[in-house]
Amino acid sequence: MYNEKVMQEFAAPKNVGFIEDADGVGKVGNASCGDIMEISMKIDDSGIITDAKFRTFGCAAAIATSSVATQMIIGKHIDSALNITNSDVVETLEGLPPQKIHCSVLAEEAIKDAIADYKAKKSL
Amino acid sequence: MDRIYLDHSATTPVSKEVIEVMMPCFTEVFGNGSSQHFHGREASKLVDIARKQVADAIGAKVSEIYFTSGGTESDNWVVRGVAEAYKTKGNHIITSMIEHPALLKTIEELTRSHGIEVTMLPISKEGFVCIDELKKAIRPTTILITVMAANNEIGTYQDIETIGKIAHDNKILFHTDAVQAVCSMPLDVVAQNIDFLSLSAHKFYGPKGVGVLYRKNGIKLGKHITGGEQERSMRAGTHNTAGIVGLGKAIEIAVRDRDKNNKYLSELRDYFVSEIHSKIENVYFNGTKSDKRMPSVANFSFEFIEGESILLRLDLVGISVSSGSACSSGSLEPSHSLLATGLPIELAHGSLRFSFGLSNTKKQVDYVVKSLVEITDNLRELSPLFARKEGGTFNV
Repeated sequence: MYNEKVMQEFAAPKNVGFIEDADGVGKVGNASCGDIMEISMKIDDSGIITDAKFRTFGCAAAIATSSVATQMIIGKHIDSALNITNSDVVETLEGLPPQKIHCSVLAEEAIKDAIADYKAKKSL
Repeated sequence: MDRIYLDHSATTPVSKEVIEVMMPCFTEVFGNGSSQHFHGREASKLVDIARKQVADAIGAKVSEIYFTSGGTESDNWVVRGVAEAYKTKGNHIITSMIEHPALLKTIEELTRSHGIEVTMLPISKEGFVCIDELKKAIRPTTILITVMAANNEIGTYQDIETIGKIAHDNKILFHTDAVQAVCSMPLDVVAQNIDFLSLSAHKFYGPKGVGVLYRKNGIKLGKHITGGEQERSMRAGTHNTAGIVGLGKAIEIAVRDRDKNNKYLSELRDYFVSEIHSKIENVYFNGTKSDKRMPSVANFSFEFIEGESILLRLDLVGISVSSGSACSSGSLEPSHSLLATGLPIELAHGSLRFSFGLSNTKKQVDYVVKSLVEITDNLRELSPLFARKEGGTFNV
């Protein structure tokens, strides 16, 4: 049911973990729905995301979307990271089964949540 | 890579003995069993033999055996046929919360289309139907009690003899879906007070696409498929001779080898269960550990991680199992059976069913356990829930 790209990301996800001194942390979903996604990021003074890591409880699609989401935002300015939509995540994964699209929505929300956390901390 | 198959509750391979008796039905004995000539009579004889094999296996008469396309059809037929035949008597059906969708979805449809009312019996933590609740649920309008003999997800055996007795004491019909049970549980429709019973060949090393409905003689049931006069005009359609012959042989073998197979499978299962408990932390066994369960099934919840992820990681290393969470099958809801036992939804999401078969070995179990240790470790490293449990820095 999953394509090769999704299975690759699921089998060997990138950027797994938690940045202890993160500048922004986003956490979305809940265990009773079967998905929790957490993204932590380092953001430099110019607003560039210099590092991102994730931890996810969920299905193969949730893990794969988390992995590509972190890859998509590293090196980007927070303003352009905020423009990333769930469709961009799906496109990077070369497609997701219809019932798994919500995983890409979680990824978009996790990015936005982490950046909002950063902005709140910096009182931006 | 030698693949390891641990999903025998989903389906089994057809045994060699069964294939041998099926093969001639495709070429030599290809006649239509309804034809009067030699070719037809030869096919009809083989169907008769299979009918006898099924009847003998469950303590029934040959005139009480109807061949169908499988368990789903048999379940559908009973529910729809009883609702139709007994509509003047009543409209109430009692079932349990852990039945197969073939029953639950059919009953649900009848509540909308035929004014059927349903009571779903609750389930104990170990997976047993609450007998007291059954007694309380009975109404003057109750026409059918249907409770499965063995559960397809956690393997629990229900006390069908007692449930059947309660049904009969109250002049209510009793159906049991014995699709999972027949391999391991001795069935006797008379002693166990059964009026209807469903079987499916591919669960006991027979072919797919063929099953049985047992109906006790003298009990009314609506016709299922109209057309020719096959199956006493109740279920028309040219006999699937090869499938029926395969089913007959498969059930004969299942009964013949039952004790031996039960011993082999329960030892393998027990070894697996003890290895999992000793090598993986935060893992919970679902169902009962008493002897009232199938010897082939072990259902576990792995805390902090999700079933589909474990299933697909196991698949990558050559192991086929089933996810208790139906996530992979297109529905995002976790197993209704596990939730019915009161399992927290987070744990239901993280459950897997391992169902053993005759070709599995202890060596395979060792490989599966080793793989599970690595996979659960790895997925837990990925899980924000696990980090929190270990005293991680992130606060919810």
